Amino acid sequence: MLPKILSSQRRARRLGALLHYLVLVLVALFCAFPMLWTLSTAIGTEGNVFAFPPSLIPSAPSWVNFAEVFKVIDLGRYYWNSIWITFWTVVWTVVVCALAAYPLARLKFKGRQLVFSIILVTLMLPTEVNFLVNFITMSKLGLVNTHLGVILPTIAGAIGIFMLKSAFEEVPQDLIDAARVDGASELRIFWQIMLPLALPQIATLIIFTTVTSWNNFLWPGVVLTKSELMPLAVGILELSGTFGSATRVIAAGAVLTIAPALLVFFFTQRFFMRGLDGAVK
Amino acid sequence: MDTTADALETTAVNTPRAARRPRLPASAQAWLFLTPALLLLAAFTFWPVLWGSYLAFTEYKVITPPEWVGLKNFEELFADEVFITSVKNSLLYLLIVPFIQLGALGLAVLVNNSLPGIKFFRAAFYVPVVTSVSVVGIMWGWMYNEQGLINAVLQWLRVINEPVGWLTDDRIALYAVMFVTMWRGLGWYMVLYLAGLQSIPKEVEEAAILDGANRWQRFWRITVPMLAPTILLCSVLSTLAAMKVLEEVLILTQGGPISSTFTGLYYAYDMGIRSFNFPRALAASLVVSVFCILIAWLNFKFIRPRHR
Repeated sequence: MLPKILSSQRRARRLGALLHYLVLVLVALFCAFPMLWTLSTAIGTEGNVFAFPPSLIPSAPSWVNFAEVFKVIDLGRYYWNSIWITFWTVVWTVVVCALAAYPLARLKFKGRQLVFSIILVTLMLPTEVNFLVNFITMSKLGLVNTHLGVILPTIAGAIGIFMLKSAFEEVPQDLIDAARVDGASELRIFWQIMLPLALPQIATLIIFTTVTSWNNFLWPGVVLTKSELMPLAVGILELSGTFGSATRVIAAGAVLTIAPALLVFFFTQRFFMRGLDGAVK
Repeated sequence: MDTTADALETTAVNTPRAARRPRLPASAQAWLFLTPALLLLAAFTFWPVLWGSYLAFTEYKVITPPEWVGLKNFEELFADEVFITSVKNSLLYLLIVPFIQLGALGLAVLVNNSLPGIKFFRAAFYVPVVTSVSVVGIMWGWMYNEQGLINAVLQWLRVINEPVGWLTDDRIALYAVMFVTMWRGLGWYMVLYLAGLQSIPKEVEEAAILDGANRWQRFWRITVPMLAPTILLCSVLSTLAAMKVLEEVLILTQGGPISSTFTGLYYAYDMGIRSFNFPRALAASLVVSVFCILIAWLNFKFIRPRHR
């Protein structure tokens, strides 16, 4: 009697797990299908792209579309622009946010609470429309159609500052006191004690900024009008606008555009699944 | 003479070296550290809000100084049918909030376990969030195409006889764009809910199991009440995000067909960046901002008492 009940329970549990996985697979398909389909379109060569049922595994896979996309547009140039913009955005974001986070976390000075509130307020301002005035500012500064114009407004952000502030707050006070006794300047404490000890959070900030900056589309598209300056995320639309019918070539371009960000994401997943937590609290 | 032990210590320790190397007072150093960030925030975050709000009440052609014209821009704005449509669409867009919240919470519950391979699924659900919106536009453009996959599947299932113009039919296009926004947002809110779920102590759930509560009861009586702060936070965030939708419209429909998919912020983009009518664009964005502040305030009123 008893074994029978057990086995039927086990069977029910197994069925439950199977159903669970079925739902997981369906949702995963729903979320990732457009990317998979684009990839399959890019490596396929034959047949109608819009054929139904869609064949996710192309009959004659080849890299020819990837070679073609480099011939049709200056993809190398777009790639270089994306790398350049992303690299400098990351460097300056980390430097500026870390510099601002240090005194907020560890120094006592008049107006600290005020500065803290000012930075906090930026999270509540309706900043989505700032690109309009920022565009006017950039044209007055002569920074339209420069990469500096793309990078500058994105560097200082409350999230980055708060992320590093909480990292600096965790550094033991004894270390700082010892350094002060030895006569170290604040800059030296910042550089030789704070930054090394905050590396995990800095890594998180670097990863987030890399992906955001790589994918950024609206602002670079506003400030850059010259094709040769555009990053991939903007340039890819030039491709689909000009060669709309060459679906497979566009698909190859799309894959090349999103691949770096997706690779960074896949190798650093835990930061994304965990890092948000800290950013919200 | 300072009397606090703290000050005594500092003076005693620092005197010999301070003589060698003159040092700025701590507060001056603090301000130096803060300067780059504060300058950038002032120039690109605060200045746009203040100057933009002012410009909305002026006549301004960028090359000449602005001239105060009072409410003229707003009068023109509300006389513009396209703007009225935009506001309506932005409000309609709020319809996605319950869907995105229920969907994301469902997903979070689905992946809040340690089944083999669960990390892979979490990642897969998050993929749309880390995909550039321009590529999202290209991909969904194909999916929505008249000969595209969605039409093919629906025709094969005999749900429809004729292909539907998802992005070309003015009665449908807005909902098609809304669907893409939802698809993009699910993974993001899933992660927020997942964090919320994982902060619920295991003991509570175990106690409920001992008391014989079934899965459904546990979800509604334990999970949902304990998640209340996360649920409210996500509602605020997704409501504000829905109110400020712009990129999806820009890449999928550019406001068309016959301006049926204009949203409040897309109108501002179109007016400013395409037509260089900055005062009108800023007036429109000010109207959207007022809606946002209203939403945030309403949500705040709901959230505040619960925290206490």
